[in-house]
Amino acid sequence: MNFYVRRVSFYLVTLWAAISLNFLLPRLLPGDPAAIMLGKLRRANGGRPLSEETIRTITSILGAEKGTSLWDQYLAYWGRLLHGDLGVSSTRYPASVAELIGAALPWTVILVGVATILSFVLGIAAGAWVGWRRGTWVDHLVPATTFLQSVPYFWLALVLVAVLAVQLGLLPIFGGYDVFEFPAGPEWSWAFVGSAVVHAILPAATIVISSVGGWLLGMRNMMVQTMSEDYVVTAEAKGLTPRRIRSRYAGRNAAIPSLAGFGIALGFVVAGSIVTEQVFSYPGIGKLMIQAVQGLDYALMQGVFLVITLTVLAANFLMELVYGFIDPRVRHRG
Amino acid sequence: MADPRLPAPPAEPLPTSAVATERIARASRVRTLLPSMSGKLLTGLVIVGVIVLFGLVAPAFVQDPRDSGNPALLPPGPDHLLGTTKLGYDVFAQLAWGTQGSLFVGLVAGVVSLLLAVVFGVLAGYFGGVLDEILTLLTNIMLVIPGLPLVMVIAAYVQHTEGLGPLARSSFLVALVLGITGWAGSAVVLRATARSLRTRDYVAASRVAGERPLRIIFVEILPNLVPLLAAQLIFGVIFAVLGEAGLSYLGLGPTGSITLGTMLNDAQTGQAVGSGAWWWFVPPGAVIALLGAGLSLINFAIDEIVNPKLRLAPQAARRQRKARRAGRGIADDGAFA
Repeated sequence: MNFYVRRVSFYLVTLWAAISLNFLLPRLLPGDPAAIMLGKLRRANGGRPLSEETIRTITSILGAEKGTSLWDQYLAYWGRLLHGDLGVSSTRYPASVAELIGAALPWTVILVGVATILSFVLGIAAGAWVGWRRGTWVDHLVPATTFLQSVPYFWLALVLVAVLAVQLGLLPIFGGYDVFEFPAGPEWSWAFVGSAVVHAILPAATIVISSVGGWLLGMRNMMVQTMSEDYVVTAEAKGLTPRRIRSRYAGRNAAIPSLAGFGIALGFVVAGSIVTEQVFSYPGIGKLMIQAVQGLDYALMQGVFLVITLTVLAANFLMELVYGFIDPRVRHRG
Repeated sequence: MADPRLPAPPAEPLPTSAVATERIARASRVRTLLPSMSGKLLTGLVIVGVIVLFGLVAPAFVQDPRDSGNPALLPPGPDHLLGTTKLGYDVFAQLAWGTQGSLFVGLVAGVVSLLLAVVFGVLAGYFGGVLDEILTLLTNIMLVIPGLPLVMVIAAYVQHTEGLGPLARSSFLVALVLGITGWAGSAVVLRATARSLRTRDYVAASRVAGERPLRIIFVEILPNLVPLLAAQLIFGVIFAVLGEAGLSYLGLGPTGSITLGTMLNDAQTGQAVGSGAWWWFVPPGAVIALLGAGLSLINFAIDEIVNPKLRLAPQAARRQRKARRAGRGIADDGAFA
């Protein structure tokens, strides 16, 4: 039980740190984001003065309240946050930040989630096989995966688009669904789901191709190490079938560090997918983040950063619970 | 491992990592291990060497990368080896300057993040106790907070600050931000190793002899971490070059200088993909991927030294197979078949 207490408290502290970082960044870094943001909002509002409420929200998110201490600002910030009030976007005025994020989040979570699981499963299976056949010609293929790993996500996406979408015209070039067929936006119908799936193929392929190498390599190296453990030699000496040794004895144990590294790798995948979304104009959270950064929409940017961080934290937390469940040693050593 | 009595590393200017591997190979006095890793190591060194040379030397020989006097969107030909961009810039010239810019960002960021990783990882691992708890907590927090979004947020604030002037969007500042956000992974690795090193007898001996902790860290611990440090520096450089490319592609990169990322950003805004100008966006990405692959290959070689099982197990399997083929095998279809 101690293990779970430790993990939960770590994630609570991290959560607190992430939110505080979000609070401190606009205040500690030079510049006056609140003034820029209010100016942008005023322009978006057609030059009319903003409501008191909006101004209060923006200043409590981005700072620059006159005459209040940092501590009071911090409390006000938490108050806003707990009410789910992330402010108003200036680039997409008058939509609220929370609305925009709510609309974009499912796209990214599904795309990145499915692609990551696919890439993980593929990489572990291939890595186990390559590690099993150590010392054969397969070893020479391993260095090739480093090339895949070093390919920038978005560049691979550009190449895929150029070849498959522009030259061959097989797949759609941009968007999360066919905007001409569904001008009213997302709806619940098979036609829409089909359109969304077709549009997700290239972005997902980009993520899978550029992240599968990492899993493969990690698994292969662990497999090679595990195969020289005494218990594997014992299993061989007992005369167990190679298949059984591969899956039950070596593969299972070799996969554990990969599971442990899953959360950390997820951070990279999220980063890569943000840029990939830009290539495909995919209507996800990454695209929103880029819009916010380019339009200096600080409220939206803060909100998206917070949501990305929370999502990654949640995924990490889930993975750690699974990891603790799978590997009892972790639970006991803490 | 790194014995001070050993002869100095070879005189020709090899990258740090190569020097590190060279020294370890000699120190462990297992000369037979050299040929087995030279394939990967050599390929890696050649790739990285060629790219570094290209970045250092080529800018002196190419035409002005911002000369818009050339015809626009020319495909590769004898006059322009890699064609021209929409604005008539020579892509080859841009590539030469871009490689130099990206290498600069990668190296600065790599060194910054390595220094931070040493501070957080080695200090935590060596001292233990409360300091370890605090530093490890900070490291773990940095590790789970996704890097690129954080870099984007910091860049968005810093780059719109009037007080910084031209520095605000310089490649140095971009490198600094990448370095400050990218050290956590290395710190975890270094901490684990430093922890195991501090229990070694020779470290305990120098502690009993009354050496100051900092001296123990610099003289007894760090030299033994050299291969790991080299590997982490290489990771840092790869991470930073990729990070810079992503940032620049999103329009958050350095504005004054040309990097591989800004080239890709130009290609994006110039509709290179839609107009089929592959010579514009393929070369910069390919250089990034090749550089990353070359550096990873060098890391492979380092990995096999740090972790002998990776090297010995395939060798053993190979020997066994050869023996079987020669009719000296033990089992006909044993588990190693």
